[in-house]
Amino acid sequence: MFGVLFEQTADGQRYIDWLLSGLGWTLALAFFGWWIAFAVGLMVGIGRTVQNRIVAVLARLYVEIFRNIPVLVQMFLWYFVLPEILPTSFGNAIKQIPPPWGSFFPALVCLGLYTAARIAEQVRAGIEALPKGQTEAANALGLTGYQTYRYIIVPQALRLIVPSLTSEVMGIYKNTSVALTIGVMELTAQARQISEATFQTFTAFGAATLIYLALALIAYQVMAAIDKAVRIPGTTPAKDAIEPNLADEVQQVGSLPDAIEVAK
Amino acid sequence: MNSLDFSIVAQAWPYLWSGLLFSLALTAAAFVIGMILGTLFALVQHFEVPVAGRLVRAYIALIRSIPLILVLFWFFFLVPIVLGHLSGNGRPVPIGATWTAFITFGLFEAAYYSEIIRVGLRAVNRGQFEACQALALSTFHTYRCVILPQVLRVASPIILSQTIILFQDTSLVYVLSLTDLLGAASKLAQLNGRLVEMYLVVALVYLGVSSAASQCVASLRKRYAMAGAHR
Repeated sequence: MFGVLFEQTADGQRYIDWLLSGLGWTLALAFFGWWIAFAVGLMVGIGRTVQNRIVAVLARLYVEIFRNIPVLVQMFLWYFVLPEILPTSFGNAIKQIPPPWGSFFPALVCLGLYTAARIAEQVRAGIEALPKGQTEAANALGLTGYQTYRYIIVPQALRLIVPSLTSEVMGIYKNTSVALTIGVMELTAQARQISEATFQTFTAFGAATLIYLALALIAYQVMAAIDKAVRIPGTTPAKDAIEPNLADEVQQVGSLPDAIEVAK
Repeated sequence: MNSLDFSIVAQAWPYLWSGLLFSLALTAAAFVIGMILGTLFALVQHFEVPVAGRLVRAYIALIRSIPLILVLFWFFFLVPIVLGHLSGNGRPVPIGATWTAFITFGLFEAAYYSEIIRVGLRAVNRGQFEACQALALSTFHTYRCVILPQVLRVASPIILSQTIILFQDTSLVYVLSLTDLLGAASKLAQLNGRLVEMYLVVALVYLGVSSAASQCVASLRKRYAMAGAHR
């Protein structure tokens, strides 16, 4: 069934080489995008929990804006709109970045900053899940605000949110496919190209689907291993801020209404 | 830097509005199809129906690990073939991008709603099932009148959050060249060259609708949190 992938293409490669090059772009977007997202998300997430009103409001604004605009629209904003609203010379310089980098960098920034908003919410949930005594003890020891976050709060919060970050890893690698709309030839785009060139749609999409499945499996295993390695013994992970653990919220379902409880 | 001219948006508004209506219609249809199928899928897994339970689980795992755009391409290709087989003569039935979008989003969202409802079902107190048995309710009545209403009510904030994500995801029908809100803006932008204004307005509309809905999620959550605290 996958024999067609090893046939020669018009440009002298094999179709499988197209797929692998697509996989390369997908991985590059997901990997580098992840580190942007993690760095920005950590900062914004911390910002949402600090005392300073202005910082907290700005962090909240960031999360609201980046979470409530579809990632495809954000992709267009970075790719089409940003070069137009910057000063002309700067905008022209951006437009002259040669392909494929001209669409890769906007896609990277877009995915990174979009995912950052989601990670920020997870980080905030992790910080809020810590007992207040941690901050108070740090204050009592005379640690500064920076030191408290750097040595006490953030290391513990991050260890609590590894399970929630798994779903963000899954999210960013799936969202890389949106980059095809601005011309990044990632995995889904290559699969479509192969399907158009060979009319073997089933094979082309099937191969891409298998690759995505393998990536999901690897991402899941890696995150599970990280969780096992860093889990603080005796704690439960923080609630997922975006897909809250339903079990926690449903607990109250089974309980009887007050009146009946009294009658009993 | 060209000066921005938002008067163009006023002219374009009727077209953008029809695009927004399409986005909302697609969201609503996908919500209804997704919730009905999702509940069925969740029940099939809950009762551990042989074969079907495993098939549904595999379907959900598959759908949740591949990108929505790839799912759209799959269905765009597969649905006509499947319909052809169903209709008997075996020839593919072309149904057009609009129908593809409705079917795809319904089936895709079913996987996500099903996960929400499945976890909800698992978390219902055993006493509820036992009480239904004591009252001699049939299995159908137990789920229809006692279990599912409770699951849906408590899961409503999460279901609504998922629906907001669904609304944002409908913008991906752009890859099928449909005229949803984003599609309308991009078609106009190609005609009048005003893509900065068009895309900014679209972003603002999505931002407005989604943030308003997020406020509802927050208040729903508060309501049920209060109900919990009251107990």
